Amino acid sequence: MSDPIIVLNDLTKKYGDYTAVDHVNLTINQGDVFGMLGPNGAGKSTTILMMLGLTEPTSGNVEICGFNSTTHPIDVKRKVGYLPEDVGFYDNITGIENLRYTAQLNGIPTAKANIKIEQLLKRVGLEGQGEKKAGKYSRGMRQRLGLADVLIKDPQIIILDEPTSGIDPAGVVEFINLIHELSEKDGLTILFSSHILDQVQKACQRVVLFNKGQLLAEIDLAEMKEKGEDLSDIYSQYFEEGGKKHE
Amino acid sequence: MNNTISPFWVIVNKEIADHLKSWRFLILLFILLLTCMGSLYSALHGFKTPIKSEDPNNAFFFLKLFTVSDGSLPSFAIFISFLGPLLGIGLGFDLINTEQNKGTLSRLLSQPIHRDCIINAKFLAALSVISILFFALSFLVMGFGLLYIGIPPTASEFWRVVFFDLVSILYVAFWLNLSILFSVCFTQPATSALSSIAIWLFFSIFYPMIIHLVAHATSPSEMATPHEIYHFQEFIMSLLQLSPSELFNEATTTLLMPSVRSLGPLTMQQVQGAIPGPLPLGQSILVAWPQLTGLIAATVICFALSYFLFMRREVRSR
Repeated sequence: MSDPIIVLNDLTKKYGDYTAVDHVNLTINQGDVFGMLGPNGAGKSTTILMMLGLTEPTSGNVEICGFNSTTHPIDVKRKVGYLPEDVGFYDNITGIENLRYTAQLNGIPTAKANIKIEQLLKRVGLEGQGEKKAGKYSRGMRQRLGLADVLIKDPQIIILDEPTSGIDPAGVVEFINLIHELSEKDGLTILFSSHILDQVQKACQRVVLFNKGQLLAEIDLAEMKEKGEDLSDIYSQYFEEGGKKHE
Repeated sequence: MNNTISPFWVIVNKEIADHLKSWRFLILLFILLLTCMGSLYSALHGFKTPIKSEDPNNAFFFLKLFTVSDGSLPSFAIFISFLGPLLGIGLGFDLINTEQNKGTLSRLLSQPIHRDCIINAKFLAALSVISILFFALSFLVMGFGLLYIGIPPTASEFWRVVFFDLVSILYVAFWLNLSILFSVCFTQPATSALSSIAIWLFFSIFYPMIIHLVAHATSPSEMATPHEIYHFQEFIMSLLQLSPSELFNEATTTLLMPSVRSLGPLTMQQVQGAIPGPLPLGQSILVAWPQLTGLIAATVICFALSYFLFMRREVRSR
C-alpha cells in the first residue's frame, strides 16, 4: 500500500505575477483515496491540470506511474481517468454514443466496449437512460455519465474535480459509496478534490488542505479520529488564522 | 488491435458525421446547388450567341461552361471565388471554441491522444467534406452541360476541370484554416465567425477599392517612359496579389482559359509576333504556379499559427 503513484515535486504555476500553485510537494500512494480540500481558487484545479499535462508547470514536475506528465502526457493519460468539474458531452448524440466515442479513442474494440458500457451505466445508476440524447441529461446525470466515461478505459487512477456539484444529497451519498466501492473492489487510486468538507471527510482516507496555492497540512483521517480531533476544527483553525472565515 | 482504428481516424469519422448531419451544412449545400444551377443556366444561355471563329478558346468549348455567362449571373468560377470562403468559414469557425464551451475539449484531451491529433483531424474532416462537395458540383455542371450541348469534353478539358477543383479546394482550405485560427483565438463562436467574415468582406469588397485609390494616387503621368509604366503596373499587380481571392481568380483564369499566357504586364515586344493559341495544361499550371504557391503559403501560415496557439494553451473545463 505504500508505493507512490503520484509524486509532485516542487510544483509551481504562475500566471504573470499571480502564483496559482506555489512549490507544492506531495506524494500519493497506490490505493489511496486522497482528498484535496480548499476554498475556490485555492489552486486545486490548476494542480490537477498539471498532473494531466493539460497545462505546463512553471517549475517543478509531476510523476504519475513513473511518467512525467509534461513530457509524456499520453502514457499518463492512458492510466488516469479525469472527471472535470463541469463535464461536457456532445449534446446531439446519445449517452451511449458518447461513451462509445471515448472507448474508440482509447482503442477498445466495439464488441467489448458495448458490454462495458452496459455494465458501467448500471453501475453509475443510469440504467435505461443510455439511449437519451446527452443534451437532455440533467446536471447530475451528466456527472454520473462522466464517471462512466472515466471508468471505460480501466484507469489505475481517477481524478475527480468537484465531482458532486449539481448532484442532489441522495445522489451524493450514492456517489461516495461508489467511490468506496471503486477503491475497495477495483483497487483504484482516487484523488478527490472538493471544497465541501463533509464530503471529503466521508470519502477519503487522507486529506491535504490547500489555500492560495500552498499546501497547508496533510492529515490522515484515521489517525485524526484516534486523537479525537475533528476535521472541521482543523480546517477552521487553518482558515481563521489568516483572518479569513470560510463556510 | 486488428479491429480498432487509430484515434485520429476515430475523430475524423466523427467530425465528418457531425458536419453532414448539421443544418449548417445543408444550408451551405443548398446555396452551392443554387449557384451551380444559376451559373449553368447563365452559361448555357450565353452559348446561344454565335461563336467567333478567331477566338483561340473556342477549341476548349466545354470549359466555357465554367467561365462564360450571359451577364445576368456571374460564371461558375466567379461564384466559387465569392462563395468558397463562406463554405470554409461556415465549416471552421466553431471547431475548437464550441468544444471548449461545451466542456468536451477537456474530456477529449484527457484521453490518450496527442493534442495535434484533434486539430489535424478536424481540419482533415472539414477538408474532405469540401473536396467531395466540389468534385460533385463540378461533375454535376459537366454532366448537365454535356446533356445540353452534346459535345463531350476532351481529356485535356477534363483535367483542367479537375485542376480547377483542386485549386478551389486549396482556396477554401485557406479560409477554413483562417476560421480555425480564429476559433482557437476567440472563445465565442460568434466573434470568430464575424472576424472571419470581416476579413472575407475586406478582401472581396474593400481591398480592390483601396488598390484603386492607391493606383489613382501613384499613377505615372502621360509623359512617363514605358519603363515607369511597366513598373507601376507591376507594383499594382503585386499589391492586388496580396488578396487570396485575387490569387484564386488568376489561377483559375489560367486553368480555365488556355489562351492566357501571362498574368503579369507584357510589353509590346513580348507580344509581337505571338500567334494567339491555347497553352498545353502543363504550361498553364506553370503560369499559375506563383499564385498557387502564394495560396499554399497563406494556408500553411494560418494552420501553423493555430497549431502553435492550440498546442501550448491551457485547457480548463468550460
